[in-house]
Amino acid sequence: MSWGENDDADDDADARFIELDGLEKVFDVRRRAGLLRREKHQVRAVDGISFRVPRGEMVGYIGPNGAGKSTTIKMLTGILTPSGGRLRVAGIDPSRERTRLARRIGVVFGQRTTLWWDLPLIDSYRLMHRMYRVPDARFRANLDRCVELLDLAELLDVPVRQLSLGQRMRGDIAAALLHDPEVLYLDEPTIGLDVISKAKVREFLRDLNAERGTTVLLTTHDLTDIEQLCRRVMVIDHGRLLYDGAPAGLHEVGRSERTLVVDLERELAPIGLPGTRVVRVEGPRQWLAFPAAESAAPLVARIAADFPLVDLSVREPDIETVIAAMYAGRSTV
Amino acid sequence: MGVSGVSGVSGALRLYAAVAAGGFRRYATYRVATLAGAFTNTVFGFIVAYTYIALWDERPRLGGYDLSQAVTYVWISQALLMTCVLMGGGFEDELIERIRTGAIAVDLYRPADLQLWWLASDLGRAVFHLLGRGIVPLVCGALVFDLTLPASPLVWAAFLVAVTLGVVVSFAIRFLVALSAFWLLDGAGAAQVSWLAGSFFSGLLLPLNVFPGALGEVARALPWCSLLQIPADVLLGRLAGWELTGAYAFQACWALALLGAGRLVQTVATRRVVVQGG
Ligand SMILES: Nc1ncnc2c1ncn2[C@@H]1O[C@H](COP(=O)(O)OP(=O)(O)O)[C@@H](O)[C@H]1O
Ligand SMILES: [Mg+2]
Repeated sequence: MSWGENDDADDDADARFIELDGLEKVFDVRRRAGLLRREKHQVRAVDGISFRVPRGEMVGYIGPNGAGKSTTIKMLTGILTPSGGRLRVAGIDPSRERTRLARRIGVVFGQRTTLWWDLPLIDSYRLMHRMYRVPDARFRANLDRCVELLDLAELLDVPVRQLSLGQRMRGDIAAALLHDPEVLYLDEPTIGLDVISKAKVREFLRDLNAERGTTVLLTTHDLTDIEQLCRRVMVIDHGRLLYDGAPAGLHEVGRSERTLVVDLERELAPIGLPGTRVVRVEGPRQWLAFPAAESAAPLVARIAADFPLVDLSVREPDIETVIAAMYAGRSTV
Repeated sequence: MGVSGVSGVSGALRLYAAVAAGGFRRYATYRVATLAGAFTNTVFGFIVAYTYIALWDERPRLGGYDLSQAVTYVWISQALLMTCVLMGGGFEDELIERIRTGAIAVDLYRPADLQLWWLASDLGRAVFHLLGRGIVPLVCGALVFDLTLPASPLVWAAFLVAVTLGVVVSFAIRFLVALSAFWLLDGAGAAQVSWLAGSFFSGLLLPLNVFPGALGEVARALPWCSLLQIPADVLLGRLAGWELTGAYAFQACWALALLGAGRLVQTVATRRVVVQGG
């Protein structure tokens, strides 16, 4: 075998580092119907999803509540077996070789902690050290790095139950990275966090991906996460992939709108500008919708020039709106 | 192969030793609660001791114990109440909660064995409870009453072995109780039944030797006998030589059988989580 062939094989393996092929998960749900009778029905939580993520990419996986995001992550980690389709992570079938894979991946579930509730944060890290059998020097280096970048120095001796949600999330992210995973899955890592914690988490993830080349797949229902972090986003709804591409393209496909919230000095008639529509007026405050794909800058400049402006903010559409717009866009095209 | 096998075992030992140390420390953080608990054990010890004294006045040598031995039994039971979790209320509440909320999926994802993990953590807890909740009542009892405690360190060592086996049996029972939460909507029900069985069949109310006829026979054959009755009889010097070996074998058999049952149920439960998502 020549070197060239070997490189090709490696490149190919890297290109399909995470590979889903018609992946399905169907849950049998039993519901009480009346006193004794039980109704059985099926929930298609993941309904035929295919995609590939090359090694080193940072991808957003976004969708409304109940879309199937967590179910997908669980199958990727191997704690849930698919009902159909094919799934490989680093060439491994996760549900068959869960433990072997666990040493190569890191997972953070936003709503559940892997940390030891009653013990100081550092104790959980020592446990990770033993559980993943990380060589001592490696462990120290990784811990030092996480402590510095995630601002954990003050928190190491604090029992986990006393940490705020944002602190705990940072602690959980560090715990997932001490064994040098090649891929990190984050299930709603920013849910419930304040603005500053969110910014810290995002900055850390960006660095992790850029400097270490760790492949990152994160689910969220916050579009801002995606816009700030990912060059690629996948949108799922009802277990199906609706969109796979650049974040900017989301708005073109869906023709969704952003909202400019304008605070004026006094009550005025609705601001009628071309390319916008006033969706709401409440005293001196007005809400102007404009196409999400367009820049807000010229609009802001015009309003500032022509109206007595006090304050102004831009709101991203929420994911439900983007998805609704996607369906609408599809049926008209 | 041989080398990796050995390093695999030592790696696992270090992991579960760390888990056990964590189990110890997490109880050690609650100092005030520990003090209050030791105080409660002592107060209850006095109440039960005086009840036993009244009872043994009426029926001397009940169950083959003289008065001093009976009172010693009371203080041993207070010392082991938390150590061997005679009345429930250890890790199982937490495990039931994790099963109920689905957090158990996170545990399964770890490269560690669920049963060994909780066993290690429970052994760490037991060591803490023996020190933090066991010594104080026993010393208080010895100061006030004329207790029958052995002078030989060998008997104390034999007692510790019996206590260790008792903790493992107790763990194995509670692990099964906790896993029932996978099928029962309300795991608390099973925990209550186990609490009731534990406080009666462990000999916490009265030594099992006191129970007459068939009831006594059955009680002495059930696993809960390992939790208090056997360790107490070892410390009182009533079990020695072959009888001691037999008692250890009894405890070890129950431990293995129940741990094996737990492992089986764990396998079925894991399959269920992995297929049905909990
Ligand atoms: N263990 C389960 N049993 C039955 N239905 C489930 C289970 N887990 C998830 N579901 C259902 O599957 C769908 C997708 O859930 P999930 O993956 O958690 O969505 P998301 O994370 O996107 O909010 C939902 O309708 C949810 O109710
Ligand atoms: Mg979810």
